[in-house]
Amino acid sequence: MSDTSTPRARSAVWLTLPSLLLFTVVLLTPLSLTLLLSFNEYDAARGATGGFTFSHYAAIVSDGYYLEIFLRTLRIGLITTFLCVLIGVPEAYILSRMAAPWRSVFLMIVLTPLLVSVVVRTFGWSMLLGIEGPVNMLFQALGIGKTRMLYTEGAVITALVHVMLPFMVIPVWTALQKLDPQVEQAALSFGASRLTAIVRVVLPQIMPGILSGGLIVFGLAASSFAIPGLLGGRRLKMVATTVYDQYLHELNWPMGAAIAVILLIANLIVMLTCHRVVERQYRRRLG
Amino acid sequence: MPRNGSFAILFNTLVVMFMLAPLVIVCLVAFTPENTLSLPGWNWSLRWFRKVFEHPDFVTSFINSLWLATVSASIAVGLAVPASLAITRGNFPGRQALEGLFLSPLVIPHLVLGVALLQMFARIGATGSFVWLSLAHVVVITPYAMRLLIAAMTGYDRSVEHAALSLGASRLTVFRRITLPMILPGVSGGWLLCFINSFDEVTMSIFITAPSTITLPVKMYMYATESIDPMMAAVSALVVGLTAATALLLDRIYGLDRVLVGQR
Repeated sequence: MSDTSTPRARSAVWLTLPSLLLFTVVLLTPLSLTLLLSFNEYDAARGATGGFTFSHYAAIVSDGYYLEIFLRTLRIGLITTFLCVLIGVPEAYILSRMAAPWRSVFLMIVLTPLLVSVVVRTFGWSMLLGIEGPVNMLFQALGIGKTRMLYTEGAVITALVHVMLPFMVIPVWTALQKLDPQVEQAALSFGASRLTAIVRVVLPQIMPGILSGGLIVFGLAASSFAIPGLLGGRRLKMVATTVYDQYLHELNWPMGAAIAVILLIANLIVMLTCHRVVERQYRRRLG
Repeated sequence: MPRNGSFAILFNTLVVMFMLAPLVIVCLVAFTPENTLSLPGWNWSLRWFRKVFEHPDFVTSFINSLWLATVSASIAVGLAVPASLAITRGNFPGRQALEGLFLSPLVIPHLVLGVALLQMFARIGATGSFVWLSLAHVVVITPYAMRLLIAAMTGYDRSVEHAALSLGASRLTVFRRITLPMILPGVSGGWLLCFINSFDEVTMSIFITAPSTITLPVKMYMYATESIDPMMAAVSALVVGLTAATALLLDRIYGLDRVLVGQR
């Protein structure tokens, strides 16, 4: 092409300037303001009063109330991730071995709920798990008896697994697509059992997919808001619902900001680790 | 290719039931004639759908959401097309940093963005403004458009563009007559994906909508925390229907598998 690098760089500026402007005003500025707010002093009568203090962060680390919420969020996030691995990995493997029309049909059935509003799916679970709901009818038929499931960790985890499962299936499915099925065949024809072939041949190759899926699921589950908000009730607070309460009920914005900043940093660490995993896998494949 | 055993088929059936159960029950309960959340037996009724359309709050919030999703998806695509062009074609310093910035909303919890914008809007007096709400949505959905567009623009043959340029076409003509038609599936697919994501967004919007700009998911969230009746199921069934229609359209235009699974 005739153009040199200078006009090209200039046109790049013009092409990206509107987005850059918007992202500076509506993303970077408010996040910086929140970071600053989290160091503001707070007075119950007057709200955020300016000044500089680490007291909100200190309170989060020392106050049992906040520690419990962070630990619960961590626990729920880990259990959700574990269940998503347990269900999502075999499901992706089974899907990848299906014959032509069924494979894409079932893949779409598993993934398309991703497009439906989280509020709708959570509401669906609150009906399924209700005291008169179908799950309880099934329990009674099985002789287990009625169980109160709403507003328990179990309900929150069930809905989280439902919402996060596609994020687990997608990277594992992608990793499986790149496998050479003949390698598994070779293992089988050399006398390896089905299980050995899966554990020793398939699993190591899709490990990066499992790892990145697990990190995405953990990050999204630990920062989820609508699901614990609707299925956890007042008592079962997670980090995100606590931030909501600090901002809109307690009106202690600096404290809410400090929790939000911790959530953001933790999330960025998890997601960037995931990015690393994918990048490394990508580079290795290129040689 | 080894076939799946019967255990594998059972496992798949259970997973599929698990994934569909909440959507199916929402759509069934929406047709109940009763006053409580119950499955319709032999009598199916549309009374709760009628209730929804008579409920001014739901109607207003639905219209708000449609407008918001249309406006913000259009702005997002309008910004993402030139930005993706620059990112895929230019080789300027800071290119990767820019790409990282534009994709970053994917890894920032919407809750954090919500409280950050709440604070900023309160400070500049933008609370309840439809324009600022749209801009916030644009930031959140732009990465979806950008991913599709970057995919559409990499690995595409530019020799036609070069030919047109050397035959004297202006850059604008080349873009309008050659580049745009070639990336059109990415543009329209990106628009639809942005539309869906804006229409569904609840966590950030809860913090930055006012009663006059309240969106449907926020209204539904608020409603569900206070009372639960079959009207909520009817609204949900309508949302499921609308999402399914959009997903079908998206499948026709761009391919749902390519949107959802990606093509790295």
